Amino acid sequence: MTRHILRTTSSRAVTVRRRGRSGAPAVLLAPFLILFTACTLIPIGYAVYLSLFSERRSGLGFGGSTSVFTGLGNYTRALTDHAFLDGFANIAQYCLVYIPVMVGFSLLLALLLDSTLARARRFFQLALFMPHAVPGIIAALIWMYLYTPGISPVIDALNAAGTQADILGHPLAAVVNIAAWEWTGYNMVIFYAALQAIPREVLEAAVVDGAGPLRTAFSVKIPLIRASLTMVGLFTMIGSLQLFTEPMILHGTAPGVTSAWTPNMYAYTAAFERGDYGLAAASSVLLAVVAAALSLIVTRISRSRSDRRTEVTR
Amino acid sequence: MKSPTRPRQSVRRRPWTLSKTAVNGALVLATVYTLLPLGWLLTAAAKNTGDLLVGNTLTPDRWHLGENLQHLVATNDGIYFRWYLNSLLYAGLGALLCAFVCVCAGYAFEVYAFRGKEKLFGLVLVGVLVPTTATALPMYLLASEIGIVNTFWAVFLPSLVFPFGVYLSRVFCAGYIPGEVLEAARMDGAGELRTFWSIGLKMVMPGFVTVFLFQFTAIWNNFFLPLVMLSDNRLFPVSLGLYSWNTETHAFPEYYPLVVTGSLLAVLPLVIAFVALQRHWKAGLTAGSVK
Repeated sequence: MTRHILRTTSSRAVTVRRRGRSGAPAVLLAPFLILFTACTLIPIGYAVYLSLFSERRSGLGFGGSTSVFTGLGNYTRALTDHAFLDGFANIAQYCLVYIPVMVGFSLLLALLLDSTLARARRFFQLALFMPHAVPGIIAALIWMYLYTPGISPVIDALNAAGTQADILGHPLAAVVNIAAWEWTGYNMVIFYAALQAIPREVLEAAVVDGAGPLRTAFSVKIPLIRASLTMVGLFTMIGSLQLFTEPMILHGTAPGVTSAWTPNMYAYTAAFERGDYGLAAASSVLLAVVAAALSLIVTRISRSRSDRRTEVTR
Repeated sequence: MKSPTRPRQSVRRRPWTLSKTAVNGALVLATVYTLLPLGWLLTAAAKNTGDLLVGNTLTPDRWHLGENLQHLVATNDGIYFRWYLNSLLYAGLGALLCAFVCVCAGYAFEVYAFRGKEKLFGLVLVGVLVPTTATALPMYLLASEIGIVNTFWAVFLPSLVFPFGVYLSRVFCAGYIPGEVLEAARMDGAGELRTFWSIGLKMVMPGFVTVFLFQFTAIWNNFFLPLVMLSDNRLFPVSLGLYSWNTETHAFPEYYPLVVTGSLLAVLPLVIAFVALQRHWKAGLTAGSVK
């Protein structure tokens, strides 16, 4: 408590004294702001601009092509294209399965690791985190081999046991498993860190009140790390909407994964296989808008909930 | 005869009987799930094409790791190692510069007061949420207009932007740099930038390493941006190179061991970094989670 007060007063003293000398902050902020503008803000603006134009090839294709303003034409083209809508349907299914499964497992593992019964915590933390060190493309390659009958010891063992394991015939399960493998340990570490930050007195109080380990987990620990849950949920959602690498690797091996299996793959094929930049830009913008809308909803919900909670505790 | 120790005893005993083995057993199972694919990669990298595709278990007489490495060196005049160097350059130099840029910005946000500061910081936080793949395509078109598409810069420059790193840096500067120290430096007559360079940057070094590690991983793992930007395979990072080889495997099965052995080598630096720098990635994930 006293440390906290010291910290705020001292930092305030610094800020007050340093007001008016704008040279240093400008110099320190400039590199980031320039790069951020060039590589994030301008591209977003340019994508919106591009999405309003269509390329028209003149005559027989001689003399290049001209850009024609088509207003929202590219958006209506994307939104009426079955391939694009199917991509969104796939990603929606993927999010509905993947997010609860992955977040649930990482939370469960974090609670197990945080319980007084767990041994060798450092080892488990490192071992569970390790898939994060594997590039997404290599993770997808490894699992693609592990899905392929003949190459995979897992599939061969399952087949020998009499089950007809055909993971490649179920693209959703195949992709969810790869993503869960990559991210469960990473998010487990985040939850574990948050659990470790819970004051021990709170947990002791729960035990004194007669709460068992399960009750403590559900009524004390999980509510107290809600901020981390929201943050992980938010980042997972943004990442899930951008799904590209894993299905791209499975495309060609798993028959169900088409070249437009996710909205991002759709945009990629539109741009680089058909040269239809207007359509590709429009679908990227639509994806970004959906991401922004969902992030807004998630942060709103979590904020109103935590507001209610602080009122109750007061 | 009410014994005061009874409640404590029941509290202590219940979890022990409940699940000591269950808890650790579940953790072991999860570990098997996370480590087994890596174990498979380790054995598969030592198999030749035939054994790999038929799924023969690895035995000493089927040990072909050396041979696979020789193939890796020989294929296309050792282009794999060129990709490897490219990746080290993109990720090493990129993450170093990126961490510096982030710490500069994070320090400025934490230490100074200026007009519109929190609004600007809000913009940075929004930047965290922008899907990076949504900006890759317009970036490609912009890069082709200024003529840097299919060059080193097309992949290098965008990887310097890491809004979450600025957020982390601000959190770390708040935690590691006491205001009194900066004040003392100022009293001694050190200029603002001098203070940052010789005091602030040094004190926040653990945070610097954390941001570096996260961005190194992100750049090393990045696939979409190089895929969009690069067509000259001498500029490829490892991820894109392995992808291009993987697309060959359908026609040429002899690429399979190259992809597998190449994947193993590409995983090693990050595994080593994460084992060696445990404190730093844990610090980053903690700072991100407590908020």
